[in-house]
Amino acid sequence: MPDILVEYQTEIWVSIGETFIMVGFSILAALFVGLPVGTFLFLCRKGQLLENQVAFSSLNLIVNIIRSFPFLLLVIFLIPFTRFIIGTAIGTAAATVPMTVIAIAHYSRLVEQSLLDVPKGVMEAAVSMGASIKDIIFKFLYVEARSALVLSMTTSTISFISYSTIMGVVGGGGIGDFAIRYGYQQFRTDLMIYIIIIMVVFVQFIQYAGITLARKIDKR
Amino acid sequence: MITLHTVSKRFGSFEAIKSVSLNIKSGEIHGIIGASGAGKSTLLRMMNLIEHPDEGEVIIDGETLNHLKGKRIRHMRQSIAMIFQGYHLVGNKTVFDNVGLPLELAKVPKKDRAKQVMESLRFVGLETLKDQYPGQLSGGQKQRVAIARAIVNQPKVLLCDEPTSSLDPNTTAEVLDVLKRINEEFGVTIVIVSHEMEVIKSVCERVTVMADGQVYEVIEIEPTGVHKMEHSAEGFVKWLRLGGDVDHA
Repeated sequence: MPDILVEYQTEIWVSIGETFIMVGFSILAALFVGLPVGTFLFLCRKGQLLENQVAFSSLNLIVNIIRSFPFLLLVIFLIPFTRFIIGTAIGTAAATVPMTVIAIAHYSRLVEQSLLDVPKGVMEAAVSMGASIKDIIFKFLYVEARSALVLSMTTSTISFISYSTIMGVVGGGGIGDFAIRYGYQQFRTDLMIYIIIIMVVFVQFIQYAGITLARKIDKR
Repeated sequence: MITLHTVSKRFGSFEAIKSVSLNIKSGEIHGIIGASGAGKSTLLRMMNLIEHPDEGEVIIDGETLNHLKGKRIRHMRQSIAMIFQGYHLVGNKTVFDNVGLPLELAKVPKKDRAKQVMESLRFVGLETLKDQYPGQLSGGQKQRVAIARAIVNQPKVLLCDEPTSSLDPNTTAEVLDVLKRINEEFGVTIVIVSHEMEVIKSVCERVTVMADGQVYEVIEIEPTGVHKMEHSAEGFVKWLRLGGDVDHA
């Protein structure tokens, strides 16, 4: 272990913890809000079961707008909202607010695209069997799209880690912010590089885990 | 059993079905033949209201279904099974779970499902493949799984949309044989849409000839090979063009 990592180990662990909190909440938001939003977006498309031009266009526009913001600007733009929700716009808890907003928009778009790959015939068979919308979603759509949904979540998670590095601007902390403040701003380039290596390893691990799981559950 | 009364359907400016009336008798195997684009699949899909007619009525067992909504329409579909050219099995579910789907949707308790699923699989001769996934099966096996899935909750009617069009002649014969047995042993009314005359002639008792969204002729195929038709000259020509035999009667 390089001395410099040992020297800063307390701070590093705290930063990793902060990253986990921000990314963890993002994943939860993606799963519990992004997945339903993406599914609804898919079902409202033309020719799908809940075809609804107005609902699709408005939701599509909102998702696009959120995703068009440079993330740093979104964080700043959301400060009043964050303050309203959390009571403060500073700190790790406050940082989870913009993170969850982008997480929902990001994952819902990927969910919509994953569901587009489910063969239309499978949906038609489901309808012909008398399946309800709920049945179609849980017993057909998610079953057929599950590998794509896992891969999308992998991609999203890696993006969330990247987004989290920006959260230093509102005192969100995290490993990326640590690298910038201690490594870059204090001219400890070696420390910055070590942190980058940690992040690379981390991302590799997530990617590997995601692909392995996706492959394992794909029986098609 | 199934009556379509002056049904019409448009897709944009294209008239897919032009005021068609048709009566399918209980317990028969009824074929619908026609070239592609004739509207035969659309007509079939009206029988379980996957496609809603713009005009006209769909009557099954004396009940007009057109205006059914939500739960009632889903309930109706549980007794009218359907199979497709592309099988449409759920690739991430085993054969056993695929066949069990209609029972799951009908909220049959899990412990009661297994027996019915196995009976159904035995009927199509695939009980040994129950733990396989559809991706591991041949086309004919997939279609037999789809048939097992269709009959697992004892439907009154089985709608078949080009059921053998992706299969080779031997496999086609196997699948048609299974359909015939379903009709004989359970008295299920079967409607088969196909563009292949051989398929239609080998299993159907009556055949509807379609072209340009209209019904031209309803032909009875007797076991002796003699066909009775009230031929309109046009219907007769369409039948011959599709490869039908000349009227021997």
